[in-house]
Amino acid sequence: MSARDQTEAARAAAARAARESYGKLVAFLAARSGDVPAAEDALADAFAAALTAWPAHGAPANPEGWLVTAARRRLIDAARRRRHAEASAEALALIDAELKAAEDEAAIPDRRLSLMFACAHPAIDPSIRAPLMLQTILGLDAAAIGSAFLVSPSAMGQRLSRAKAKIRHAGVPFRIPEREELPERLGVVLEAIYAAFSHGWSEAFSDDPRGRDLAEEAIWLGRLVVALAPREPEAQGLLALMLYAHSRRAARRSAEGRYVPLSDQNVALWDEAAIEDAERLLAAASQAGVPGRFQLEAAVQSVHAARRLTGVTDWPAIVQLYGALYAATGSPVVAVNRAAAVAQTDGAAAGLALLEAAGAQGAFEAFEPYWVAKADLCAKVGHLDRAREAYSLAIGLQTDPAARAFLIERLAALD
Amino acid sequence: MQYLLMIHRDEKTLQALTQDDASRLMAAYGAYTKAMSEAGVYVGGERLHPSSTATVVRVKDGKTSVLNGPYAEIKEQLGGYYLIEAPDLDAAISWAARCPGAATGAIEVRPIWAM
Repeated sequence: MSARDQTEAARAAAARAARESYGKLVAFLAARSGDVPAAEDALADAFAAALTAWPAHGAPANPEGWLVTAARRRLIDAARRRRHAEASAEALALIDAELKAAEDEAAIPDRRLSLMFACAHPAIDPSIRAPLMLQTILGLDAAAIGSAFLVSPSAMGQRLSRAKAKIRHAGVPFRIPEREELPERLGVVLEAIYAAFSHGWSEAFSDDPRGRDLAEEAIWLGRLVVALAPREPEAQGLLALMLYAHSRRAARRSAEGRYVPLSDQNVALWDEAAIEDAERLLAAASQAGVPGRFQLEAAVQSVHAARRLTGVTDWPAIVQLYGALYAATGSPVVAVNRAAAVAQTDGAAAGLALLEAAGAQGAFEAFEPYWVAKADLCAKVGHLDRAREAYSLAIGLQTDPAARAFLIERLAALD
Repeated sequence: MQYLLMIHRDEKTLQALTQDDASRLMAAYGAYTKAMSEAGVYVGGERLHPSSTATVVRVKDGKTSVLNGPYAEIKEQLGGYYLIEAPDLDAAISWAARCPGAATGAIEVRPIWAM
């Protein structure tokens, strides 16, 4: 191998280790102290050292062990510097021995699920849970996360720092909750992953290539939870839901880049492998006999996916599923979707009545899907002025240029 | 809090728009302004004439100088602004992201210094 090839191979090994091992090593290094920033700093130094050492000497046989050793030196140095304040010599020796044992054994325990539970702990502000997971498990930087969540990079950085300080100072535990509280706590972890996916999804066709990654990173996190907690039906339901949505990514735009609504999508462009994966997960989840929000939402998507085989959409089934979902969550967003489905089975007037009932309850001034649904239904029942007004609001609220262009065409088509 | 959303865009590409694209853009801005008004966010906003109409005035050592053209000759020029009332920066950013100009240029979000 030439020196240049060796350098490239070492770089590739470091990049692979970063993706596969980052969260595992942060979770391992921070598990005892609860000090996530110290673990991240130590690991960042270890990766920097790897980028110089590996090209020069070749990648080590056990990259994770190598990184832990390098990070451990930094952690010990840092701990020594503030020893008088916090850690006794005895505690230091303990950390040292534990880290050393990990580097000798090739296997480093996988505590990523515990780290996720810490990030999505009830004591942590709900809006920062998903960003925190993206950073600690996947190593994304504050600027990339801020772009996806529409927050300035400096504000995102500060919020992440505050949340990590809270984990440490409030003693948020790195552990998997007990059986009785597991479903609720896991639900919060899953919500955070879904929030990351939704942000990645809506940004997926913007010019920022990081948007596309974020949806895939969320799916990666979903797979990780399913792998680490294999008997949780809602985790399987969430992964299925994300895979169904992701299977349609190639069909959401025409060759010219125009927005294509679900009902007009060319089913041949849907990703069959992803759909089959999702169907398997949903079937496995239903074995448990404990339905939940994500399984129900995935089931709606499964009905949509069946159109690729039958050529039609089973709207009565979708209405039923949204009814169950609304009973379970009371979510105004679900109410909007249910009204749109009812319009398919019972006619536009019935759908519009339901939608307006939902509108009277929820605060939908800035919720674009509500105005799109209202505009479509008003147009169908012949209330053209109200349809114009609703389209106009939807256009003003839309951030995606292709979807905006689509709505402007619909508005123009009313005349 | 009040924020100023400054719309910077490439004037050349704007002038090169077809009639159809230009009217679509105007429709998008109209809808955007309306959505902001409905949400109680809109305080004010105007479109500016191109930077070729700009004049820069300075007074130095008691002497006035008047120059043609914009303050800085850069590709993307200030083309208009919105003044909005938003609870915090996040809310202001979410409105900036909806601005039609965000897809073709850049929106600078600046908090107003309350006196």
